[in-house]
Amino acid sequence: MAEKYDAIVVGAGHNGLTNAAYLAKAGLKVVVLERNGYIGGAAVSRELYPNWKYTNCSYVCSLLRPEIIRDLRLPSQGLQVVPYGGGVTFMQNGDYFGNHTDHERHHRELARHSKRDADAYSRYEADVMKQTRIIRPFLMRTPPDPTSLKPRDIRELIGMAKAFGGMGEVGLADTMRFWTMSIGDFLEEYFESDVVKAHLAGSGIIGTALGVYSPGTAYVLLHHYMGDVDGSIGSWGLARGGMGAVSNALAGAFKSFGGTVQCDSEVAQIIVKNGKTVGVALTNGDEIHGRIVVSNLDPKRTFLKIMQETDLPKDLVSKAKNFKIRGSSGKLNIALDGLPTFNGLPKESPLCLGEKHFIDSLPRMERAYDDWKSGTWSKDPYVDMLIPTQVDPTMAPPGKHMMSVFVQYAPPKIDGRDWTSEDRDAFGKTVIDQISSYSPNFKDLILHCEVRSPQDIENEVGLTEGNIFMGELTFDQLLFNRPFPGYAQYRVPAVKGMYMCGSGTHPGGGVMAAPGANAAREILMDLNRASLVPRGYDDD
Amino acid sequence: MTDLKSAYDVVVIGGGHNGLACAASLAKAGKKVIVLEALHSPGGACATTEFFEQFSVSSCAQWLYQLDESVISQMSLKQNGFELSARNIPTTILSETGNHLTIFGDRLAGAGISEKDKMAFKSFNKQMMKFCDVLSKAFKRRPPSLIERSFGDVLALLGLGMKIKMLGKSDMRDLMRLGLINIYDVMEENFDNDLLKAAISVDSVLGSHMGPRSPNTVFGYLYRHMGDIFGYGRPGVSLVRGGMGQLGQSMAKAVKALGVDIELNAVVDRISIDVDKVTGVILRDGRELKAGIVVSSSDPKTTFEKFVGPVNLETDTVRRVKNVRMKGDAAKLHIALDGLPKFRGLAESRTGDRLLIAPNMEYIERAFNPSKYGQFSKSPIMDISIPSIHDSGLAPDGKHVLSAIVQYAPYDLEGGWEAGKQPFQDLLIDCLSQYYPDIKQQTLSVELLTPLDIEQRHLMHGGHWHHGEISLDQVLMMRPFPGVSQYRTPIDGLYLSGAGTHPGGGVMGLAGLNTAKEILSQKKKLKRPNFYDST
Repeated sequence: MAEKYDAIVVGAGHNGLTNAAYLAKAGLKVVVLERNGYIGGAAVSRELYPNWKYTNCSYVCSLLRPEIIRDLRLPSQGLQVVPYGGGVTFMQNGDYFGNHTDHERHHRELARHSKRDADAYSRYEADVMKQTRIIRPFLMRTPPDPTSLKPRDIRELIGMAKAFGGMGEVGLADTMRFWTMSIGDFLEEYFESDVVKAHLAGSGIIGTALGVYSPGTAYVLLHHYMGDVDGSIGSWGLARGGMGAVSNALAGAFKSFGGTVQCDSEVAQIIVKNGKTVGVALTNGDEIHGRIVVSNLDPKRTFLKIMQETDLPKDLVSKAKNFKIRGSSGKLNIALDGLPTFNGLPKESPLCLGEKHFIDSLPRMERAYDDWKSGTWSKDPYVDMLIPTQVDPTMAPPGKHMMSVFVQYAPPKIDGRDWTSEDRDAFGKTVIDQISSYSPNFKDLILHCEVRSPQDIENEVGLTEGNIFMGELTFDQLLFNRPFPGYAQYRVPAVKGMYMCGSGTHPGGGVMAAPGANAAREILMDLNRASLVPRGYDDD
Repeated sequence: MTDLKSAYDVVVIGGGHNGLACAASLAKAGKKVIVLEALHSPGGACATTEFFEQFSVSSCAQWLYQLDESVISQMSLKQNGFELSARNIPTTILSETGNHLTIFGDRLAGAGISEKDKMAFKSFNKQMMKFCDVLSKAFKRRPPSLIERSFGDVLALLGLGMKIKMLGKSDMRDLMRLGLINIYDVMEENFDNDLLKAAISVDSVLGSHMGPRSPNTVFGYLYRHMGDIFGYGRPGVSLVRGGMGQLGQSMAKAVKALGVDIELNAVVDRISIDVDKVTGVILRDGRELKAGIVVSSSDPKTTFEKFVGPVNLETDTVRRVKNVRMKGDAAKLHIALDGLPKFRGLAESRTGDRLLIAPNMEYIERAFNPSKYGQFSKSPIMDISIPSIHDSGLAPDGKHVLSAIVQYAPYDLEGGWEAGKQPFQDLLIDCLSQYYPDIKQQTLSVELLTPLDIEQRHLMHGGHWHHGEISLDQVLMMRPFPGVSQYRTPIDGLYLSGAGTHPGGGVMGLAGLNTAKEILSQKKKLKRPNFYDST
């Protein structure tokens, strides 16, 4: 006997849970179906080694929209985001560049590398912050359709034009340049020191299959700057207990509104009858009925895997096929017997708390990308390494540590073939070797190491090609182009009751929860219900 | 020597095709104009040089494909000695196996091309042409200002908006995506044939510091094919009889007939400025020419950094000038040949085509990689023309000249070009010999122009033939940089009209025409607020 719900959300990632929470809050009977035995999607904390919690996919928290945290009262569900500072880029000559939180120390550190760069930094920071302020209000809004003549779309477009017009000609010009240029060119305009440029450029490439010299990467930088922790824009924090805490808090909120989460329930097929969704069929043969189906899966999985081509318009199918979703990053999660030391950096330095990078020039970063283009992992990879247990001791036994290593670039396939376990080992070794050449005792401290290729991420988390943003963050796939032009408003016009809410929709990936909330707002609007979902951004 | 005492309304710096087109328009409107050309012959990048005894070649631009028809008619170029030696030249992309692909407009032949690809190419072309058509409206006038204040411009923008709207929803959506995406992905979506994908990719990256995987490269393709909308001799590429220098000569003749003075070997030292207002130019030999209006068809860096000088500019303008990206990445190769070249597997009748060496997209991307690090390509891409097949005047009887645009050759070569030039030249000949085995036996003389040579010979900063990279952050209202995008500059009376301004490089002549229009409309209008007033 099939169960009947008002709405079925496919996938218990953070966006699916956010979406479900808002729908349940509005009084709908909602079920969230999760393929794995645990919830969270890419925001999980898992014990893969006894007594260690691995935050083994996404690892830091900043983009999660504060209005959602407040609105769904996530702190009361156990979410606690702890800010952290610091960060180092180690150099081949034995020196390093440290990212001090304190303004004066930061200036002195920059001046140590280049006096000019120290002076340019405040200009750089102000310019990036200006761009951040422009984009933030659009995160919690549904993008307008520029091809439409509906009053709502025209109103939104005019609003957008006003916001941009308000910047003045200089501001608008700078914004247009910023959105279309490469992070490398952008940084070259401010800085001369290689290590400073390399330190800042990382945010322009993380998660994308583009190099530091590819046009459009300056915008990706923004994507890593527009978050905040407790109102401090651009800072980053760690969710206490790992990123799983975010998912658990969202699930807690959802359940408090009467929602149901059903794990180990893989959806095989979304059932469409007469152009309307009527429910889903699970791989175990069960059917669950509901007139609204929301997919938290990426656009490719949604339209090419769990929906039938015959139910969809032809252009949508071809757009889904052509959607760019490239795996470009891998991950190592390591259990450590103690805290590793790093060459030239005192153990008690506050810089140690932040991310560590081991690549000190833009050409080295670009070469890492060249390896990816030719179908293999980077031999000299860009690594974003963090030891969260320094800030949040709950993730490992006392005195022990957990290390999260994000690695760029790793292709979804090696020369067009699948990853083998030898490839995975060799990939892990490349990364460990790079770190240990700056940390003499690192290798001896390793108790357990989980190596995840993009293919592993795809198999476990369900992100196509292991792309962490569910689709490249390039302008042909952003705003009203996300996921595809004409389908950016979370619904599938040809199939009544069918919605998307994953990171493949506006405003994109990162643990932001905005796509889930925006999709909920659209669904409630279609149901003629009062919208409870916050809109825009009041704080800016 | 020109009598410099006679008063001029306008001084045009640079006798390239844009400078001359601008001068012609101004003279027609009754202005007294003088053109100052630093070199000994007019034409700028439209030049023909004899690089070996009795062998001549178009030494910079080699194909004509974007010259606006109105330039030809307005300047009566045909009466002044301008003539094409061949038009609608097909493109043949050479295959390593000898099974080449030829593109005749939207028709394909050879290389075992499938019916599916043929159909797909037709519809791809059709859509691209639609987009080009819309874009061409924006090319023929000054670019819109970022925040529109003039009623005429608002109307023009609305017109453009209507044009885009009339494309219909589906095409409009494609345009929103294709304008920003890279050519590599689009090729993978549309076609199977490697040569076809590579041929289209070459057109997208030619003359720029980008590879097929770089975002925004579809725009590069549209840009190149604008000529198919308004170019003389369209569709496709043409050759000018006597080489491109003949175009320069005929333009010079035409402006002289309109009463314009041209002074050759006149090297400008600086533009004289009195409190943000132009008063004339000072030549290197110390002479001063007074004029209320100075038009510089030099590139923006040379104009602002050399002629105007930082002391006369605001800090922000100086910074913006510095940040204009214009480092050339293309070299020019000229070879004098003892006979007709024979390419492996290529019918003799096809030797006169535009020949491309770039067998697949990965090859192009790999050619691009080293240039990012200041090294030249190990397997470069080439755009080859053998103009003497169509124009016997360029070489002695039975002999031929081969001219090729070669990518990628970075301006800032690691170790310098002095050391790098010979190895690169040898590598290029080796690369050619894979397709044309007898090349070494037939070669009489070789000339390689690196971006550094192009800079010195044609006086373009960085040796960049577009006077600045054609990428989305440097086109339309952002060309050459915001605030100077409507041909006017922060210095009253100083105008820019070179390829560094909208709509950019390629032998189009539109930048020159648009500048003239702008100058002529100035008197009638109230002075518009300055760029920086709006902040």
